[in-house]
Amino acid sequence: MESDKGETRPRALEGVKVADFSWVVVGPVTGMILAHHGAQVVRVESLSRPDPLRTIPPMKDGVRGLNRAGLFADYNTNKYGLSLDLNQPRGVEVARRLMSWADVVIESFSPGTMKRWGLGYQDISKTKPEIIMLSTSMVGQTGPAARSVGFGVELISLIGFNHFVGWPDRGPTPLLTAYSDYLTPPIGVIAIMAALETRHKTGKGQWIDLSQFEASLHYLAPALLDYGVNGHDAGRQGNRHCCAAPHAAYRCQGEDRWCAISIFTDDEWKTFCRVIGRPEWAGDPRFASVLDRKKNEDELNRLLEGWTVDHAAEEIMSLLQANGIAAGVVADGKDVLNDPQLKHRRHFVPVNHTEMGQYMAQSPSFKLSRTPSEVSAGAPCLGEHSEYVCTQLLGMSDEEFVGLLSEGVLT
Amino acid sequence: MSDMKPSPSASGEGPIQPLSAYRVLNLTDDRGSFCARILADLGADVIKIEPPQGDPSRKLNPFFHNDAHPEKSLFWFAYNANQRGVTLNIEAVEGQKLFKRLAKRAHFVVESFPPGYLDELGLGYSALSQLNPSLIMTSVTAFGQDGPYRGWKASDIVISALSGSMYLAGDPDRAPLRIGGCEQSYLVGSAYAAAGTMLAHYYRLLTGQGQHVDASAVESVSFATMGYYMYQDLEGYVFRRTGNYYDRYGKQVQLTWSCRDGYISWRLFMGGEGRFTRAVVEWMDSEGEAGELKDVKWGDIGYDAVTIEDYNRWTKLFGEFFRKHTKEAIQREALARGFSCFPVNTPKDLMENAQLKARGYWVEVECPEMDGAITAPGPLYQSSEVAWKKPGRPPLLGEHNEEIYRGELGLSREELCLLKQADVI
Repeated sequence: MESDKGETRPRALEGVKVADFSWVVVGPVTGMILAHHGAQVVRVESLSRPDPLRTIPPMKDGVRGLNRAGLFADYNTNKYGLSLDLNQPRGVEVARRLMSWADVVIESFSPGTMKRWGLGYQDISKTKPEIIMLSTSMVGQTGPAARSVGFGVELISLIGFNHFVGWPDRGPTPLLTAYSDYLTPPIGVIAIMAALETRHKTGKGQWIDLSQFEASLHYLAPALLDYGVNGHDAGRQGNRHCCAAPHAAYRCQGEDRWCAISIFTDDEWKTFCRVIGRPEWAGDPRFASVLDRKKNEDELNRLLEGWTVDHAAEEIMSLLQANGIAAGVVADGKDVLNDPQLKHRRHFVPVNHTEMGQYMAQSPSFKLSRTPSEVSAGAPCLGEHSEYVCTQLLGMSDEEFVGLLSEGVLT
Repeated sequence: MSDMKPSPSASGEGPIQPLSAYRVLNLTDDRGSFCARILADLGADVIKIEPPQGDPSRKLNPFFHNDAHPEKSLFWFAYNANQRGVTLNIEAVEGQKLFKRLAKRAHFVVESFPPGYLDELGLGYSALSQLNPSLIMTSVTAFGQDGPYRGWKASDIVISALSGSMYLAGDPDRAPLRIGGCEQSYLVGSAYAAAGTMLAHYYRLLTGQGQHVDASAVESVSFATMGYYMYQDLEGYVFRRTGNYYDRYGKQVQLTWSCRDGYISWRLFMGGEGRFTRAVVEWMDSEGEAGELKDVKWGDIGYDAVTIEDYNRWTKLFGEFFRKHTKEAIQREALARGFSCFPVNTPKDLMENAQLKARGYWVEVECPEMDGAITAPGPLYQSSEVAWKKPGRPPLLGEHNEEIYRGELGLSREELCLLKQADVI
């Protein structure tokens, strides 16, 4: 692939081949990160049971369609699309050929599904011991709850996140994002890269059992240890912090505009009072030390919001950051697209999609200096590259391809 | 795991620690420690390098028995396990010399200082890559190494705000909410940093060349927002937080529900996922409580096709049914009947969770400083070929100074003594 300047830079995973049988978020994002770094990734889908992400909003121009869905487009850039019916024996045959082409297989079906098709790790590794298979599921391949069904939006409750989000006087609050679906893909990439390292050494592949439940619990470890050793459950604290005040999102000028401010030290507090033109607060004994500010936090927040509400969130952020105080606009979807830092980092990049035209896709949140990632192609339409994959990558003859197409094995 | 018991490989080797041949110098504080911890779990020899007064994360809540002692922070414990530890003042010239000697033979350096800090000390990537071209250096920061916010002050709540994550959560009548429990943004940034580190490592394996991995916490958390910026890009409007509901054609699709002993997460699905709703109604019917819900064709109707009155009445019936049942009973039925529903687990529920127990997830970490053994989260994933490092507690402050400085670098007792007096170690 080429960079904008036309020079060719090496990619970290040049030559690595991935068959991505997964769907929804965790598997597809794991595969996409590999694709952003030069791996050739074939996303396998089925027309009879399309990826749920192809069916939910947002949709390009608000018009529904399997090839117009935003989330699918965001999580499958740089991939080839193959549409295959795995409920036909010849479909399974094509899948097997794709696996013999691949270095890495990613799948996220209910545990046991691949095995029923004869595509499980045990089946494939018999003839191809170097195959690496990542199976990701909500709670793992084994155990009494292995066959749990559902989505990340609910799974985060099982993991414990919802318990910790919300106000002390109200119930647990959903995040409106399938949060664990984004905590797990980096672990998936790590597992695959560790497997490639091992294969480099021993020649042997492996089966990876990635439980989204287990991987995500690491992000709550201190709270779990706190309960385990102290019997203490911190519960819901709104936006408060044990050791900082002010520490909240404050209402600003305009409709639903907010600015987050966090002040940890007494020096920061004094600076804050000076730069916002309220030097008298710095001398107020109710707020002199962090202990005082924590004790009188309700009053402190009321006073502060009395000031913020008359100012634009951006103005507050700039003023405070210029004086070394941590502050940030509570960014909505429009703000993040226009954020100067994210623009500078090229976090959102325009890509072209066969049906949607140009849209903004996300690039990796880390940058490799020698082998930079590249987000160069929009997500595939359903089956967009079936012919290319079958004839060019798998070496099928045109007759065979057309035959499979007419039998409905391929679409 | 019957199916995944390591099978003897052709060469007769069992499972291995994938990174056991590699060394990591870990300069991070709480902003990057999870990245180094992941490499340690995979078997790398990680040396935590702390300033002589200790890593600031030793002062982070919560503490063992609320004792704010530098060896008793549970945050420190969670993300610095499985490592050896030395103290070193890298702002002192002698400290920089020692660090360079260590870096010459290391494979990874992980750091989370403000951008530019290590360059000023002559220890940035450009300097270290001269000494050791195959070195991979990973930096975890709030905003990344470059850009207009490079020098900005950040905290978890500020990153949550700027990433767009905060705007999504919370009731519309109050302020947006950050995720509580423990501060998320640098953990997410660190996990993505570790993924980048492993990609760079694979490239090095094939070419011998190292590189700099520059991870941004804001970008990592931004990724975790389920693409809601796309409403703006594709449909031209700002997606607003809706608290405990998804809005579907004007219907409030409730997400969290009260049950007899707490809360559960469940959605009244229709259309494509309507089979999940049908399964709940069958359960209700078996207890004689389905009423009119029995007659609704859940798989055939969509949210757009029902009236708000019908929808709200149905919601109420489901709500009344859930309130009569416990989290455990609801989860049992969800599993048996195949519908999507999970309890809102508390830490207590998690420690007792049958699935985690059956898979042997929790591990006991010996820690005499905290009165014995501590139960901690287990492997990040399972694999037929990976032997996870037996979990060990984090290093005490300067615990391996002798071992590393005398044993490995060959300093004399006198030199070590001098360096200690000069506050280098």
